[in-house]
Amino acid sequence: MIKIVAWFIGLFALVLTGFMLFTAGWERPPIETQQSGYRGTGMAEIINPRVDPQRLEAQLAQVPELSPLTPDPGVPRAGDVYQNVQVLGDLSVARFTRLMQAITEWIYPEEGCAACHQLNNLADDSMYQKVVSRRMIQMTQAINSEWTSHVGATGVTCFTCHRGESVPQYTWFNADPATVAADGMVGWRNGQNRAAEFAGLSSLPEEPFSRLLEDAGQIRVEGRTALPIDGDGPSIQSTEWTYSLMMHMSTSLDVNCTYCHNSRNFGSWESSNPQRVNAWHGIQMAQSLNTEYVAPLSPVLPPHRLGATGEGQKINCATCHQGVAKPLGGLAMAEDYPSLWGDAAPQDVAGVDDDVDADADALASAEEPVDLEGSGAGGL
Amino acid sequence: MVENTNLFTRAQVHGPADYGVPLPEGSHARTGTPYKSYLLGKLGDAQIGPIYLGGYGIASLICGFIAFEIIGLNMWASVGWDPIEFVRQLPWLALEPPSPEYGLSLPPLNEGGWWLLAGFFLTAALILWWMRMYTRARALGLGTHIAWAFASAIWLYLVLGFIRPIAMGSWSEAVPFGIFPHLDWTAAFSIRYGNLFYNPFHMLSIAFLYGSVLLFAMHGGTVMATSRFGAEREIEQAFDRGTAFERGALFWRWTMGFCANAESIHRWAWWFAVLTPLTGGLGILLTGTVVENWYLWGMKHGLVPPYPETGVVDPAAALQGGGQ
Repeated sequence: MIKIVAWFIGLFALVLTGFMLFTAGWERPPIETQQSGYRGTGMAEIINPRVDPQRLEAQLAQVPELSPLTPDPGVPRAGDVYQNVQVLGDLSVARFTRLMQAITEWIYPEEGCAACHQLNNLADDSMYQKVVSRRMIQMTQAINSEWTSHVGATGVTCFTCHRGESVPQYTWFNADPATVAADGMVGWRNGQNRAAEFAGLSSLPEEPFSRLLEDAGQIRVEGRTALPIDGDGPSIQSTEWTYSLMMHMSTSLDVNCTYCHNSRNFGSWESSNPQRVNAWHGIQMAQSLNTEYVAPLSPVLPPHRLGATGEGQKINCATCHQGVAKPLGGLAMAEDYPSLWGDAAPQDVAGVDDDVDADADALASAEEPVDLEGSGAGGL
Repeated sequence: MVENTNLFTRAQVHGPADYGVPLPEGSHARTGTPYKSYLLGKLGDAQIGPIYLGGYGIASLICGFIAFEIIGLNMWASVGWDPIEFVRQLPWLALEPPSPEYGLSLPPLNEGGWWLLAGFFLTAALILWWMRMYTRARALGLGTHIAWAFASAIWLYLVLGFIRPIAMGSWSEAVPFGIFPHLDWTAAFSIRYGNLFYNPFHMLSIAFLYGSVLLFAMHGGTVMATSRFGAEREIEQAFDRGTAFERGALFWRWTMGFCANAESIHRWAWWFAVLTPLTGGLGILLTGTVVENWYLWGMKHGLVPPYPETGVVDPAAALQGGGQ
């Protein structure tokens, strides 16, 4: 009898061990760590050498080969030759055609020009894809010229998000109102208490984005004084929205909390890493892009592109980052496309270096150790 | 033959059932015919029953059942009454407290009203069970130590779900009823109020919790190690020389220089256990009501070692020209 019980317990333990090993994202050691903050604070990057570099390499392998940037003939200009060129009219025909080819490779490598254009009249705006593309080109220009605080000199292209897909793989819809509604007698759950896809499968709110990455909701929830202040501070509920957003940022960039924060006092800027400033600008950028560019396109989208609230997909951190702290490892694709820089376009890019080492650079910069001088050298 | 001497009771006596001492006048009778379970006897006493529920016990079970049903049915409704999803998502499901806009007012039933009702019935069930423990201890002529230890746990529960939300003026500050959701609440609570690890009462509670575990292990280990000398026969042991108790005490004087005695070890253990939720409850009660950010509070009072700053400046303040 006891033997049977012992076997049963042993089997149960074995099954549990199996669950531990083969579910829930368990990764076998060894895991590399890289100190990123003052000693003793636990600020370190955790890198799985068998997973993380491969993810980046696989993404870089998808980058299409495109014709190199050549000196700009200047004339004739696209706006003079073609009709209805509203955004890129100042480009020379050569540069314009080169960009159109690139966009095709970045977004519609299979479908080709016909995905956006009526082939018998390329100027025709009747396809919604063309209208969306035009706005997205303006968005790309805005990102590269107005949001250098986040994208730096690397900039973005259509490929940063699209990766050969007509709709970027990582986007979000506004939460179905039914998930937050209190209809009926029972079962209200306030948009949370599910294995939340965006929040690391926690039970935190499933869609924090409409509040925090579209509307400029209150992300800063931690008390800022030692003693209570008058009036109501941020609620536990809004703390959970922030928490959900932070989980999303963490999974989108494949970094842990301490990539930006000193976790003993999350809110403190003085003890944060510089990456947090960049992330802060990223949040502002996402709010701005969703409000000015992405959300207003909903009316032109067909029904199958709309979510439960009648709005289209919107962007969050994962849309560009896709599990890598610097999208595509910091690969500077945009420097070959001056027209995507908007007002910040470099004046003469004819002499831009060959980009043969771009992939190697990208890998190198992704592995670049975080500067410890500022944080660790002070000593106690 | 291999014999397990660690996990299970080594000897079971199966004799006539023990009906215990007579109950005082006016008590309900114990019900059921006692029987022996060999397997349960491996873990504890082999005898099951007779059972005494009494008025408090029955009322407590009814209230507990109501709370359990309110919570469970709301969870089930939240997955659209799908039985498979209910099982699959169970650890994530919860009954949520009202949103902050309701403050301490009564919210609609499906926006936190059920949470209040479940909380009421669960609290009633706990307090009724406490009364049952108290009166049963008295009926047997025992001290009421166990009831007061249970009261300490009820104190922490009431602080989390009742006393502190009232002090904060909002039910939304309280804990949801759910497995993962209450853990997410805990993390969010700590983040909102500046890291609970810098709360001295949280520190005390952890010290007592770990202390309880240590004392329990030391005590259990000592008793089992000396059971071959009859350590479980406490009363005789306390008066005689050369016994298991004396050996146990000598062992600790050799290894630790100091030892508890047969009585004091239980006083230590009881106080460590009772102080765990007692101090924890104090720490929760002070959070948000008296202290807004425990880290900053700790900084202010020299509790936190200052680390070198990283030189990072709040970009929002920098944009407004308010930065350094």
